[in-house]
Amino acid sequence: MSTTKKKYWKGLEQLKNDTAFVKHADKEFVNIGVEEDPGHSRRDFLKMMGFSVAAASLAACETPIRKAIPFVTKPLDADPGIANYYASTYIDGGDYCSVLVKTRDGRPVKIEGNALSSVSGGGTSAQVEASVLSLYDNYRLRGPKIVDKKTDWETVDSEIIAKLGSASHIRIISNTILSPSTKVAIDKFKAKYPSTQHIQYDPISYYGVWKANEASFGTGFIPSYDFSKAKTIVSLGADFLGTWLSPIEFTKQFGATRKIDEEHREMSRLYQFEANLSLTGANADYRTMVKPSQSGLVAAQLYNLIAAKAGKAALAASIDKITYLDKAAEDLWASKGSSLVVSGSNDKNVQTIVNGINDMLGSYGSTILSALPVNFRQGNDELMAAFVEEAASGKVDAVIFYNCNPVYDHPMGEKLGAALKGIALTVSTGYTEDETASLSTYKAPDHHYLESWNDFEPKKNLFSLSQPAITPIFKSRQAQESFMVWAGAPTEYFTFVKENWKNWFFAKATSAMDFQSWWDNCLYEGVLETKTDTSASISFTGDIAAAATAVSSTYKATNSGYELVVFESYGLGNGSQANNPLLQELPDPITKIVWDHPILVSQADAKALKFEMDGESNTQIGTLTVGGKSIPVPVLIQPGQAPGTFGISLGYGRTKVGKVAENIGQRAYQYLALVNGSISSDVLSGVTLTKTDTPFQLAQTQTHQTYMGRESVIQESVLSEFKKNPSAGRDFPKVTKWDEKVDPSSLSLWKGHEYNNHHWGMSIDLNSCTGCGSCIVACNVENNVSLVGKDEVIRRREMHWLRIDRYYSSDSTSTTSEEAEIASANPEVVFQPMLCQHCNNAPCETVCPVAATTHSTEGLNQMTYNRCIGTRYCANNCPYKVRRFNWFKYHDNQQFYQSNPAMNTDLGRMVLNPEVTVRSRGVMEKCSFCVQRIQAGKLTAKRERRPMKDGEVVTACQAACTSGAIVFGDMNNPDSAITKLLKITKDEKGASAFDKKTGNPRAYRVLEDIGVKPNIFYLTKIRNKEAEKEHA
Amino acid sequence: MQASAPVRESLVTGGKTVHDVSHDISRQVEGNPTRLWWMAFGVSLAVLTYGAYCCGYMLWNGIGVWGLNKTVGWAWDITNFVWWVGIGHAGTLISAILLLFRQRWRMSINRAAEAMTIFAVICALSFPAFHMGRLWLGFYWALPLPNTFGSLWVNFNSPLLWDVFAISTYFSVSLVFWYMGLIPDFAVIRDRAVKAGAKTRANIYNALSFGWDGAAKTWSRYESVALILAGLSTPLVLSVHTIVSMDFATSVVPGWHTTIFPPYFVAGAIFSGFAMVLTLLLITRKVFHLEDYITIYHVELMNIIIIVTGSIVGIAYITEFFIAWYGGVPAEQYAFANRMSGPYWWAYWSMMTCNVISPQLFWFKRLRTNLVATFVISIIVNIGMWFERFVIIVTSLHRDYLPSSWTMFHPTMYDIGEYLFTFGIFFTFFLLFAKFFPVINMAEVKSIVKATSEKKKSTTGAH
Repeated sequence: MSTTKKKYWKGLEQLKNDTAFVKHADKEFVNIGVEEDPGHSRRDFLKMMGFSVAAASLAACETPIRKAIPFVTKPLDADPGIANYYASTYIDGGDYCSVLVKTRDGRPVKIEGNALSSVSGGGTSAQVEASVLSLYDNYRLRGPKIVDKKTDWETVDSEIIAKLGSASHIRIISNTILSPSTKVAIDKFKAKYPSTQHIQYDPISYYGVWKANEASFGTGFIPSYDFSKAKTIVSLGADFLGTWLSPIEFTKQFGATRKIDEEHREMSRLYQFEANLSLTGANADYRTMVKPSQSGLVAAQLYNLIAAKAGKAALAASIDKITYLDKAAEDLWASKGSSLVVSGSNDKNVQTIVNGINDMLGSYGSTILSALPVNFRQGNDELMAAFVEEAASGKVDAVIFYNCNPVYDHPMGEKLGAALKGIALTVSTGYTEDETASLSTYKAPDHHYLESWNDFEPKKNLFSLSQPAITPIFKSRQAQESFMVWAGAPTEYFTFVKENWKNWFFAKATSAMDFQSWWDNCLYEGVLETKTDTSASISFTGDIAAAATAVSSTYKATNSGYELVVFESYGLGNGSQANNPLLQELPDPITKIVWDHPILVSQADAKALKFEMDGESNTQIGTLTVGGKSIPVPVLIQPGQAPGTFGISLGYGRTKVGKVAENIGQRAYQYLALVNGSISSDVLSGVTLTKTDTPFQLAQTQTHQTYMGRESVIQESVLSEFKKNPSAGRDFPKVTKWDEKVDPSSLSLWKGHEYNNHHWGMSIDLNSCTGCGSCIVACNVENNVSLVGKDEVIRRREMHWLRIDRYYSSDSTSTTSEEAEIASANPEVVFQPMLCQHCNNAPCETVCPVAATTHSTEGLNQMTYNRCIGTRYCANNCPYKVRRFNWFKYHDNQQFYQSNPAMNTDLGRMVLNPEVTVRSRGVMEKCSFCVQRIQAGKLTAKRERRPMKDGEVVTACQAACTSGAIVFGDMNNPDSAITKLLKITKDEKGASAFDKKTGNPRAYRVLEDIGVKPNIFYLTKIRNKEAEKEHA
Repeated sequence: MQASAPVRESLVTGGKTVHDVSHDISRQVEGNPTRLWWMAFGVSLAVLTYGAYCCGYMLWNGIGVWGLNKTVGWAWDITNFVWWVGIGHAGTLISAILLLFRQRWRMSINRAAEAMTIFAVICALSFPAFHMGRLWLGFYWALPLPNTFGSLWVNFNSPLLWDVFAISTYFSVSLVFWYMGLIPDFAVIRDRAVKAGAKTRANIYNALSFGWDGAAKTWSRYESVALILAGLSTPLVLSVHTIVSMDFATSVVPGWHTTIFPPYFVAGAIFSGFAMVLTLLLITRKVFHLEDYITIYHVELMNIIIIVTGSIVGIAYITEFFIAWYGGVPAEQYAFANRMSGPYWWAYWSMMTCNVISPQLFWFKRLRTNLVATFVISIIVNIGMWFERFVIIVTSLHRDYLPSSWTMFHPTMYDIGEYLFTFGIFFTFFLLFAKFFPVINMAEVKSIVKATSEKKKSTTGAH
C-alpha cells in the first residue's frame, strides 16, 4: 500500500482538506452539526454508577452519631474507661451520709460509703445507694420557672428581689440544715431582709427528744448513741436499725455487737417493745407487742422496775403483764454502765422518763454521748405549726422553701398548700417540681447534691464536704448562691465554702501545709473530724414525776378501739425520693412489698374484720377512717403486728412526683398530728378499718413466709447453746451409702475444679445481717439490673440478682403440713441474703445445652449472655432460684418506661455502669460476684506487678453492707479475711477447702445435702435468748 | 405366607378381596373431599391461624407473654412438648416393634399411626423451639455445627442436647420409615389413575412413588429396608422418651430427680400414643368406612396395651411416693406431699383419675370392645397424660428447695394459644394426610387378606 502512489479520496472534502472534514476525519459515523455531549459516555455512566454505589454503601455503613459530645479539652484525671472517685456527702431532708461517688467519663454511676467518716463509717442505706438515679430523674426541673413558664435566672432574680424588697414578713422554710456555710448564706439573706425568719422542720420529727433533753439537762439537744458499747439494749419502739435517728450509724454499731466466734462468745441482747414489726424488732432477741396507747406506760413501768433496783421512788404510772419487761429490767441492771434504753416516741414526757432510766443505768457518757450532740433532726414542730397558722391567716407575704416539701410531708401540708395562694411571694428551691414547688410561684431549682458544693456538720466538730461529681445537667443553681444573689451579694458558692473553711478550720489545722494542699486533702478525704471527749456525763435534772403524770393521762393500759401507727418507709424514707424506681422496687425488708402501699393488719384483727389474703398476695381494699376522713387502702396481713393496731408507712401518696411514683399509695402524713408540742406518729383513737369487696393484688417478691422447718436452709441456735458448742444449730446431713452414712460432699461424680490462682468465696453472717436491703440497691446500680414494675413483680419476675429472704417462725414443727406455712402471731424473724452461690458442682452448668454458663478457673460461675439461647433449664435446675430471665426487652421499650428509666430514657441511661452489659431479651442473668470489679482489681495488680491484696476487690453488696455481714475474698490467699473467718485450710491435694472439723463451726452451706458445694458460706443465726424452748 | 391359627379372629372382615382393599382405600384419595372434610379442615386451619398469631406475638414480644416466672421456668411449653413426643411413640412402636414381633394386626393401623407420629413429633418440636428466649440463635447453636466462634461447642453434658439428637433422629427415621411404606401404595394410586386417565394425579403419584415398578426385586429390597428400618427404630422407641425423661431425672429438682423416670416415661408415652391412635382411628374408620379393616379386634388389642401401660404408669406413681418417703429427703418428701395436697392438688388428682383409674375399666370386655367407651377413655387418657407432665413439671418447680421462691403458675392466652397452634398443625396435617395419602397400608393388608380375612360370601373378586 505504501508503495502505491494512488490516492483514493473519500470525497472532495478530503482533497480540499477543509477544517470541518479534518475535525471528524477519524470518526466513522459523523453527525455533523450536532455536538456530542461529553458527560454521558458509557464510561462516565459506569464511573458515576460505581461512585454512587460506593458512596451510598459507605453512607449506609456509617452509624448516625447521636448526641456524643467529645471532650474539647480532656479534663485532668478524667480518662475514658477509668473510674474516678470523689468524696461527697448525701443529704436529703435531714438524712445524712458521707459517701464516695464513682464517676465514669464525668457521670456519677455509683455511690458508696466513705469509711473515713466516724458518723456513717462507710455505711450506706438503700436511699443513699439509690440517690444516684435521682440525679437523672426526668422529673427534675430543667431550669427556673415562674408558675408554669420557663424563664431565665435574671428574670427570676429580678422579680424575687423586687418582691422581697416590698415584703415585711419573710419566712425561709427548710429541713434541718447541717451546713455551716449554708447557715452563713442564709444569715446574709437575713441581714439584707431583717424580717426574715428561718424555720426548720423535719418530715420525721425528733422534736420530742430534743425537748425532753431540754427538760432533763437544761439544754435542748439530741445526743449521739453508741450501740457498740451496749450489752443490753431495750428499744421502746425505736427502729434504730431501720429508720430511727441515724440508722446507718446504729446498724454499724449494733452489727459489731452481734459478731461472735469461738473466741468472742458474747453478744448484745436486744429487747424490742413495739406495735409494728420493725426491722429492729425483726432483729430483736426478745420482742413484745405493745400498743402505742401503752407505750408511755411501758416506759414508766420500766422506770419503776429499774428504780426499785436503784432504790429510787416509783412513778405514778405503771402497767402490768408486759412480757419480757421484767427480764429486760434485770438485764439492764445487770449490765449497768453498758446498757441502753431508747424510745421511738416523739412525746417529750416519754423521752424524759427514758432519760431518767438511762440516768439510773449510767448510760450517759458510755452508750449515750451527750457531749457529742448530733446536728441532724433539729426541726422545731412548734415553730413550723405556728408558721402554717401564720401563713393561713395571711400574715406572711414572702416564703422561700429551701429544699423541702412541707405541702406533702408536713401534717398540716394541705392547709399550707391552700395558704400559699394568698402569699405574695412563694419560692421553692427543690430540684423537682414537687407538691410545694408546684404551688409556689417561683421555682428556683437547686442542684442535686451530686452537682453541688457544700459542707456539713452532722455532729459537733465532725465535718463532711460535698463536691460536684458532674457538671450541672440542667440550668439549676446552687440554692445558697440564690440566697446570696437575692441578698444582693452574689458569690460563687464554691469560693464561699472554701473561704469559710479557710477562716474556720485551716487556721486551727495543726499540720503545716499551705491552704490549697490542706483544702485538697479535705476534699480528697471528704471529712474533717476533730475528736471530742465523749466520756463526760451530765446530770439529770428532769421533773420525772410530772412527766409520769402526763404519761398516765395520755396512755392507757387498755384501749378498746383500733390504733394507727404511722412509720417511715424503709425504701422510700420520707418520700422525697419516691420517684426513684430503685426504691419503689426495693422489697420492704419485712413485708417484701414493692410498688404498693398497704395497711398492715395483725392476723387476729384480719380475722375479726374478715380480711383474707391468699398465697399470691390477693387481698381486699379496706376503708381506713381516721377522724372522720376515709381513704381506700389495700390490706396486708402482717405477723407480728400488735393486735388492735394498724400500721401504715409514710413516703407514698405523692401527687407531684413524676411518672414513677404517680398514684402509688396514700399520703399518711395526714395522720400525724401535733400532740403536746411535737408531732406524734400514733393515732390512738378514732381509727376504723372496714372491709370492701374490691379485690386487690399486692406485689410481693416473697409470698411464702416460713422456711417450713428446713434446717438445710436456715440453721440457728441460741447463745447459751453456742457457748457450750460453737456449732450449735448446725445441721449435718448425711447421705446413706450401702454400708455407711457419709458426708454428702464426700460423694461426687465430678473430679472437682482446680483453682491455681484465686478461689473467690463469700461469707454471710446471718447474725449481723439486719435485712436492711441496701445491698440490693447497690447490686442493682452496680450491675445494671432491670427494674420491671409492679405488674411484672406480681407475675413473680423481679430481676434482682441479690434478694433477702425473710422467714418467719411458725408454731408448727412439721415440715410438710399446711400449718407450717402459717407464721406465728409474734414470729421470730431471720433474714438470709440469697444470691448466686457460685457452686463448685453447679447444677446450672451441666444442663445448659450451649455452655453459656460455665465455671471459671477462679471458682466463679459465669454467665455468657452472648451465648445464651434462653432455655431456662439452668434456672429450673438452680436449687437457690437466683437466676433471672429476661422475659422481655427491658431496655428501649416503652412498656418499661415508667419502671426502668435507667434503660429507657436518655437521661436515665447516664446512670448505667459501662462496665456491665445491659442484657438483651431472652437471656438468663445472675450474680457474677461483681466480676467486673474482680477483673479491674486483677488488672491493677498486674499493672503494678504485684499479687492482689485482700480487700482490693469488694463486691457491691459487701461495700453496701453497713453491718459488715458480707465478707468476700480469695480463699486461696491464706491471709485474706475470708480465709481467716471461715478457717479455710488446704486439703490433701493442696487446694483450699473448708473442713467441717477445723473450719468455722458456725459456717454452713445452704442445701448442703444436695452436694452442689457453693462458694458462699452462711454463719448460723444465734439469738441471745434463753434456751427455754427448742426452736422449730 | 404365614399360617394362621384358626382360633385367631379375622383381621379383615367383610370378605375383602385384594381388589377391594385397593379400591376401598384409594377411593378416598381419588374422590373429591367431602363436606365434612372441608369443615374439619376449615376448623383446623382456623385454629392453626389463631395459634400462629399467638406464636408470632410471643416471638415478637418475648417469652414474658407466657405465664412463666422466676421459679417456674417451664410449664405448658415443656408439658406440651413431652405430651406430643409421648403421643408420637405409638406409631413407631406399632410399625417397628410389632413388625419385629410379627404382630400382623398392626398392618391396618400402622400407616395412620406413623403419620400421627410424624405430625406429633413436629408439634412436639415446635415447643423446644418456641420456648427458647432467642430462637433465632438457638435453633442452630444447639446443634454441633462447626462455627467461627473458635472452640465454642455444644455442651454434651446437657440432657437438652441429648434431646436434640434423640428427637431429630427419631423424627428422621420415622419419616423415612413412613414414607418408604407409602411408596408401593402411591404406585397403586398411580396405576389406578393411569387406568382412569387422570393424568395429573398419575404424574404426581408417580413422582411420589419414585417410579415404583412392582418388580419382585423391588419388593424384596422394599422388605429388607423395612426390616432394617424397623430394627433401627426399635431402640429409638425406647430411647427417645428415656432421654426426654432425663431432662428431669438428671436435675436436682425434687420431684424430677428420680431414677424411675426412663421406664415410667416410656410406658406413659406408649400409653398416651395408643390412646391418640385410637382417638384418631375411630374417627377415620367411621368417616372413611374402613370398619372392615380396622375391626373391633384391633381396638380391643390396643385397649389391652392401654391397660398394661396404664398399670405400669400407675405403679410408677405409687413407687415414686414410696421412694420419696423411704428416701428420707425432706425436700423430696415435701414435693410429693405437695403434689397430692398442695395448691395443684386438682392437677394431681385429675392425673390419677384419668391415668390410673380410667384404663382399668378396660378389664371389662364389654367396655374394651365398645367403640364409644374406647373413644371416651382414649381422650380421657390423653387428658390425664397431659396432666401427668404438668404435675411433674409445674408442681415440682413451683415449690422446690427455698420456700422464699415458691410461686404459682397461671397460663396466659398465649400459653393456650401455642398449644392450640400445635393442634392446628396436627389436625391440618392429619386431614391432608387422610385425604391425599392412603390411610391404610394397602400393600401389607393385601398380604394378610387371604390368610386371615373372613371369606367372602358371594363371588370371588379378581385383582
